[in-house]
Amino acid sequence: MYPMEMEIVDPVAATGIFQFAWALIAWPLLVTAILLLAGKASNSWGHLLGVAGAVGDFVLAVVLWIQMIGTEVPNRAVKVPVTEWMTIGTMSVRADLLVDQLSILFALLVTGVGSLIFCYSIGYMAHDPNRRRFFAYLNLFIAAMLTLVLADNYALLFIGWEGVGLASYLLISFWQHRNSAALAGKKAFLVNRVGDLGLLCAMFTMFALFGSVNFNQVNHAISGAPATWITAIGIFLLVAACGKSAQVPLQSWLLDAMEGPTPVSALIHAATMVTAGVYLVVRSHAIYELTNAASLAVMVVGVVTLLAGAWVGSTKDDIKKVLAGSTMSQIGYMMLAAGIGPAGGAFAIFHLFTHGFFKANMFLGAGSVMHAMDDDTDMRHFGALRKVMPWTFGTFAMGYLAIIGIPPLAGFYSKDHIVVAAWERGPVFGVLAMIGAAITAFYMTRLMMMTFLGDKRWAEGIHPHESPAIMVGPLVVLAIGSAVLGVVLNNAIQVWLAPPTGHHPHELAWYHVPWQGWATLLLVILGVAVGYLVYRRPIAFDAPGKVNPLVYIGRNDLLADKFNHLVFVRGGGALASGIALVDDVIVDGAVRSLAGGTKGLGGVLRRTQTGYSRSYGLTMVLGAVIIAAVLILGRLG
Amino acid sequence: MENIPMLTILGLLPLVGALVAFGVKGRAGRNVAFGFSLLTFAVGFAVFHMSLHSDLAQTVDWIPQIGAHYALSVDGMARAMVLLTVILTPLVLAFEWNNDTPHLAAHKTPRWDVNVFGALALLVEGFALFVFMSADVLLFYLFFEGSLIPLFLMIVGWGGEKRRGAALKFLLFSLAGGLVMLVALIGVYAATSAAGNPTFLVSEIAAIEIDPRLARWLFAGFFFAFAVKAPMVPVHTWLPDTAEQATPGTSTMLVGVLDKIGTFGMIKFCLGLFGEASQWASQLVIIVAVVSIFYGAFMAITSKNLLRLVAYTSVSHFGFMVLGIFAFTITSIAGSIFYMLAHGFSSAAMFFVVGFLVNRRGSAEISDFGGVQRLAPVLAGTFLVSGLATLGLPGTANFAGEFSIMVGAFRVIPVMVFVSVIATVLAGLYVLWAYQRVFTGEPTEEVREKITDDLGGRERAIIGVLIFLLLFFGFIPRFGASVSEKTATATMSQLGIDDPVNGSIGGK
Amino acid sequence: MDPNAYLILSAILFTIGVVGFLTRRNALIAFMSAELMLNASNLAMVTFSHVTGNLYGQVGAFFVMVVAAAEVVVGLAIIMIIFKTRRSASVDDQSQLKY
Repeated sequence: MYPMEMEIVDPVAATGIFQFAWALIAWPLLVTAILLLAGKASNSWGHLLGVAGAVGDFVLAVVLWIQMIGTEVPNRAVKVPVTEWMTIGTMSVRADLLVDQLSILFALLVTGVGSLIFCYSIGYMAHDPNRRRFFAYLNLFIAAMLTLVLADNYALLFIGWEGVGLASYLLISFWQHRNSAALAGKKAFLVNRVGDLGLLCAMFTMFALFGSVNFNQVNHAISGAPATWITAIGIFLLVAACGKSAQVPLQSWLLDAMEGPTPVSALIHAATMVTAGVYLVVRSHAIYELTNAASLAVMVVGVVTLLAGAWVGSTKDDIKKVLAGSTMSQIGYMMLAAGIGPAGGAFAIFHLFTHGFFKANMFLGAGSVMHAMDDDTDMRHFGALRKVMPWTFGTFAMGYLAIIGIPPLAGFYSKDHIVVAAWERGPVFGVLAMIGAAITAFYMTRLMMMTFLGDKRWAEGIHPHESPAIMVGPLVVLAIGSAVLGVVLNNAIQVWLAPPTGHHPHELAWYHVPWQGWATLLLVILGVAVGYLVYRRPIAFDAPGKVNPLVYIGRNDLLADKFNHLVFVRGGGALASGIALVDDVIVDGAVRSLAGGTKGLGGVLRRTQTGYSRSYGLTMVLGAVIIAAVLILGRLG
Repeated sequence: MENIPMLTILGLLPLVGALVAFGVKGRAGRNVAFGFSLLTFAVGFAVFHMSLHSDLAQTVDWIPQIGAHYALSVDGMARAMVLLTVILTPLVLAFEWNNDTPHLAAHKTPRWDVNVFGALALLVEGFALFVFMSADVLLFYLFFEGSLIPLFLMIVGWGGEKRRGAALKFLLFSLAGGLVMLVALIGVYAATSAAGNPTFLVSEIAAIEIDPRLARWLFAGFFFAFAVKAPMVPVHTWLPDTAEQATPGTSTMLVGVLDKIGTFGMIKFCLGLFGEASQWASQLVIIVAVVSIFYGAFMAITSKNLLRLVAYTSVSHFGFMVLGIFAFTITSIAGSIFYMLAHGFSSAAMFFVVGFLVNRRGSAEISDFGGVQRLAPVLAGTFLVSGLATLGLPGTANFAGEFSIMVGAFRVIPVMVFVSVIATVLAGLYVLWAYQRVFTGEPTEEVREKITDDLGGRERAIIGVLIFLLLFFGFIPRFGASVSEKTATATMSQLGIDDPVNGSIGGK
Repeated sequence: MDPNAYLILSAILFTIGVVGFLTRRNALIAFMSAELMLNASNLAMVTFSHVTGNLYGQVGAFFVMVVAAAEVVVGLAIIMIIFKTRRSASVDDQSQLKY
């Protein structure tokens, strides 16, 4: 596609403070270990140490970032040797880190948004007896996520990849005395593991082809590989990305994952972990540039998911599930962009970054609402919260305007670029992306109307109140981020990301908006208008039993769970019990019948032991006669 | 130092300890046994290090008429197995510290006193060490069969209601395999005699050209014995029955140490002595290995009993090891050896945590549990970590083993690897589903009544050591991998196969 | 020398021994029948020894005699003890050693 533009930046050896980049991972890991091993003794100060885990990392990330800004562009990508990890046979993997423009951006996002969410969690989890453990898991997540983005090879990335999966499992099923939470955690882990098959297979292929899974070495060697295998690697990585980023067809876990505490949904299932798939695709852009089929597959997955997520988001009554559907949808945009090629890669990361802010903002806002409404998540029971929760409303509104793409807020710029790039790649993708934007505007307006505007529909005994300052503070910071990041980063982020994404950007002024941008804006306003008009009407306290098929399918997570249940749970269960039957009846049955047969034969044969010496004598005579007969006949013959 | 027969000392030490522990009655005997196991650990660790720099091999004529030798040596794989054995035995003894107390409701009254358990475990350890160190096939065979007796007695002496039947099943399966191997052993002797040099020394047999048709029969004889031991489908059914009835300590000695003789023997004897026959049989063996992987995984998913579940996970994991061995690449064979070590630790950890549960609840049926996390959070945490190691999470030792097996095998048999990698998802299912059913939710009245305490100090120490080892070998696998690589390279040159080069997949 | 007469005699003696052993119930008679069979085979061996001209057959015959003597010692003692305890010398009464 863009073979001329492809260039590979070789990282330089780390000097100065970069040599200590591993501390970004080690520090939260240390905090995790302390919090888990110290046990109840650390209950009183555990949450503070937990917050220090993220904030300390954020400080270090900022220092590294400033250092990087001060470095000349060709020397910005830095390789940090840490240690040899796995050398088994001829397979050799080092645990080295790569700090470049892309990974430092992620480190900033993860630790920055992470720090805010950690602060928020102090308030949100104040009454939970296991708050210390919660912070331990959050720190584990930070460490794993930073391993994921700082790794300089796929195998180390895989440690982080599985590590965030583990942290996600632990945090989704944090309230594991609730069966639904335990089930959701397990489901998330397993669906992710299906995706991991892709990453594993991709690594096997890379080892077999290149003898290495180092990003740089793979990027250099990939152009010499057979085309079929390049496409195969691309598809494998896409499967992995689908699992982690909840893309169709591996999307079903994300909606259930909302069983976890809301800060978890904000940090892991909105801002950071679920975007790891996009990171993987962008990081592997050298592979996708050589395979049209795989990158097209990425785009198709992205477009399908952005529409599917929007569909789900439009039908759910649960505020967190609306936001989860919206997350799927927005990551679909990022995937679409990542599939477009070098230009799209930077836009994908741009949208990822702004999305990290405004979606975390809205999730925390939703958490604030839940906090006020006694952990109710049904929007049908909300309404008119604007007055009682002004700060939450104000910050949430910022996120709302940002996600639907109202200029000059962040989402407008980041989404606009994707729509334009998709349009240039193929009008079909462009049109679908625009429709997605319109639906986004519709369901977000629906959410705003049902939650903050309209009439009170509160359940009895509920007296909503504004959340404490420790929770509102992060909301304000995130809201400011949602508002201004678009304008600030619009041009800078592409220039900054040019080396790792291999793209030479054009100058993009913040006031320059192409015609596709205006068209999208028109559609968005249309979506808002429809949402306003529909949900201005009174809303029933209980969800209607009978709904049209579109809503029914959306409410049931696009029937994915029903499909999974039918095919994998039922089918797999039947297969498993079939094997169990084979094991018992045939395999062990053969053994048992051998034993029984031996026993029965013995029972029959022992009857010949009559105790009469005459009959024994007769047996001997007969035997002797037979032997003699054989001998004589043998002679004769 | 050169003249001290370190390997003999290492092998004899637990046997002497066993005799002493038989003599000293009651808990004092148990303490003696534990002391000897620690001493053996120290010597074993010393051997592990010394063998790195010096050749500790020892060869003495034993029965010169038939060319049998008392020959011991340790190569890379044997070092790993020695390490595994000397680490696991003290842990098993510590786990069965109080197995003379009647409160272990799941168990019928023990047949013998606790010192006998220690003595038998030491016997198993000593025999296993000799098995791993033997450089003579006849010597190997003697200890291979000899180890069955103390283990049989361990099953008969301690465990559930139907332990006698289970012990018999274990013994009959093992004997069936062992006797087939004996026939092959005599065949080896016949072959070496025909070549003019009757011998049982492994190194000398390997140098002799055996008629390919005979070699295939001999290979089959050895392989059958090891397949029963390892256990592979369809000769695996003794393992779940045994694990269900025996105490977790016995099961750990069985699965953690003795079953490794199966895969150990496949590398040392099947590949080492009958290279051509191994290649001839490899396709069938690989298919059986993949069947084992899935069969074990599915059976683990359907298991209603925690101990059976752990046993079936082992069937699945042994399938991976055999897959790696018969893929014939340095990486996959080295990975298999590493996985043998890792699986020893992870299966021990699983048996122990399940044992902690069983000792409290008096049952291993999954349906008898629920919500245990609320009552015993540390137990839940250790179960989860052990389970995650079992399912091969990166950062645990099992991942390094499984991953390198598949990386190596992929170069030769990509389709089989594509298929078997799916088992990692099933592994996630059987571990997390078991965790969910046992630990999450609200505890029932009965569970609340029975499970009153979390892990005590001794229990924490045991499981802590294992978790440390699993993480240590997961993040720093090179300590275990460096020893396995030498054996893998040597085996490959013995086979006469070149390791596949970069850029070739499936031989293309 | 024609060995046939000796061999036929040997066969007749052996057959008498077999029939006697199979039909008579008295332990002593059965015992004597067994001795008859042994001595019949001794006769055959000595005959063959004479025919082939070496001593192997005669050596065998001496072995049989020695063994037979030892057997008589043990066997008669057993029969005596059984008779003392059970007041019967019938072999059919001693059928407790069955399945």
